[in-house]
Amino acid sequence: MNASGPGKTIAEKILASHSVSPEKKASAGEILFCEVDFLMSHDTTGPMAVQAFENMGGVKVFDPSKIVFIMDHAVPAPYERIANMQAMMRSFAKAQGIPLIEGGEGVCHQIVVEKGFVSPGNLVLGADSHTCTYGALGAFATGVGSTDMAAAMFTGKSWFKVPETIRITLKGSLRKSCSAKDVILKTIGVIGADGANYRSVEFYGEWIDRSSLSDRLTLANMVVEMGSKCGYLCHPDLGIAADKDAKYVLDVEIDLDELVPVVAQPHAVDDICPAKDRSDVPVHQGFLGSCTNGRIEDLRVAARILKGRKIADGTRLIVTPASRTIYLEAMNDGTLQTLIEAGATIFPPGCGVCVGTHGGVPADGEVVISTSNRNFKGRMGNNKALIYLASPATVAASVLQGRITDPGELEAE
Amino acid sequence: MMKIRGRALKYGDNISTDLVIAGKYTKTLNKKDLAEHAMEDLDPDFGKKIQGGGFLVAGSYFGCGSSREQAPVALKEAGVLCIVAKTFSRIFYRNAINIGLPLVECDTDVIEDGDVLEYRIGSDKLSDTTRNIDLAVSPLPEIMVEILKEGGVVPYIKKHGGF
Repeated sequence: MNASGPGKTIAEKILASHSVSPEKKASAGEILFCEVDFLMSHDTTGPMAVQAFENMGGVKVFDPSKIVFIMDHAVPAPYERIANMQAMMRSFAKAQGIPLIEGGEGVCHQIVVEKGFVSPGNLVLGADSHTCTYGALGAFATGVGSTDMAAAMFTGKSWFKVPETIRITLKGSLRKSCSAKDVILKTIGVIGADGANYRSVEFYGEWIDRSSLSDRLTLANMVVEMGSKCGYLCHPDLGIAADKDAKYVLDVEIDLDELVPVVAQPHAVDDICPAKDRSDVPVHQGFLGSCTNGRIEDLRVAARILKGRKIADGTRLIVTPASRTIYLEAMNDGTLQTLIEAGATIFPPGCGVCVGTHGGVPADGEVVISTSNRNFKGRMGNNKALIYLASPATVAASVLQGRITDPGELEAE
Repeated sequence: MMKIRGRALKYGDNISTDLVIAGKYTKTLNKKDLAEHAMEDLDPDFGKKIQGGGFLVAGSYFGCGSSREQAPVALKEAGVLCIVAKTFSRIFYRNAINIGLPLVECDTDVIEDGDVLEYRIGSDKLSDTTRNIDLAVSPLPEIMVEILKEGGVVPYIKKHGGF
């Protein structure tokens, strides 16, 4: 309980504790200048941040130990312009003493989680919209652009509008064919792609209490797809909690007992429908990977479905483990062998396929079913392709059948 | 503060930064290269239409998705003087202000393609002189007006040495 007024949400608490003006209440709507704990930038947003840093008169970054650069958006470099921009980041990092994680190590958000860079209660900025992933670790973590990153690298500070918060309660439990991805897609469908714009979200419920960290990372990763600035899975291990009398702008309940495997249809992430209602849609390519669903648990789910089988004629499957650690784990436990034998092509850890910058570009009119987080027109490098988003199980079932398939359909056989 | 005046070029709702500039074109620091591909997946003639300067007018949730700052940079370099939309995605909103590209949040339903618009940064109204109406504008927080006055965060910090 808070003695100095009404209770605080998690977002309000973290911003209040980092504000340079402690006299301000840090309640929703206020604008605060705050000191940041950690900054992350990658090879798409980093070069522009370096340029802005130098143009604003920056000589030394505020604290190189609180910054990391991660090469993941187009690795290994596909052509010389990208290679040279990555080289520019390397030389800036070296001169400033900023740790730089090389291409091949993994997707930035997975790396930040694996390396333990972020703790509960931290205030984190990343020059990537999916920085909200670290909400699963109890941080106020949000995406910014390159100039915000540059200003924060220079001053150690940024300004924040304290967000209102939506409380989402997940009731009941999930059927076997559903996963965390179905939960977040359904939630986005209910809230809408802009329903949480400028806001934060807090998730509660028994399913959250029992869920794995991998599941919670999948949920936190996609809160930005409903516009949210940051999101929290209020699990006993989160390390931070809202006050009991915190104020919420909206209360939403979602019934998990009713949930079936779903897809987000092209070209909107909130256009959700049951996978079984699209079973007439042929699939040309499956993508298993990304910061949303490239973890070992996701690869294993797909391998269980594909074990001893072959993907359908006329379909392709691309798999990118989200990190080198996951890659090795999947190699050692036979998951990769199963996927490769089923017909998968393994692409190195990174973001290229999801964001259309490196590998796996679909042809005109082709249908992709993907475990990633965005299906905007043009997302994977071709504006004439159609992208459906789904869980790892639905992607595996769909490439096996060559059409969009509810994974529950395979169990019933 | 300078008044912005120009013709409206109107598009719809939910224009993502992937549509403003595709990921495959973002790997450059050359603003002209970015401008060349601005909005091309939505309107291949965008570059020609906006040349010489104008208002980009849209519906709700402009700039959703990726945090790529290449999106507002590409639009500004292509000739967009100001973006008017019912709502903006928060990351795009910050990025545009940060690079000195003014944004206006107001009801855009009454604005039609080709209307002449006028806006002064920090003002509480946008004028559609073709239709002879003033539209109420959501106020900009003080810090954003200050940043826009300097032309963006880079010149702002260069002048003030920080926030």
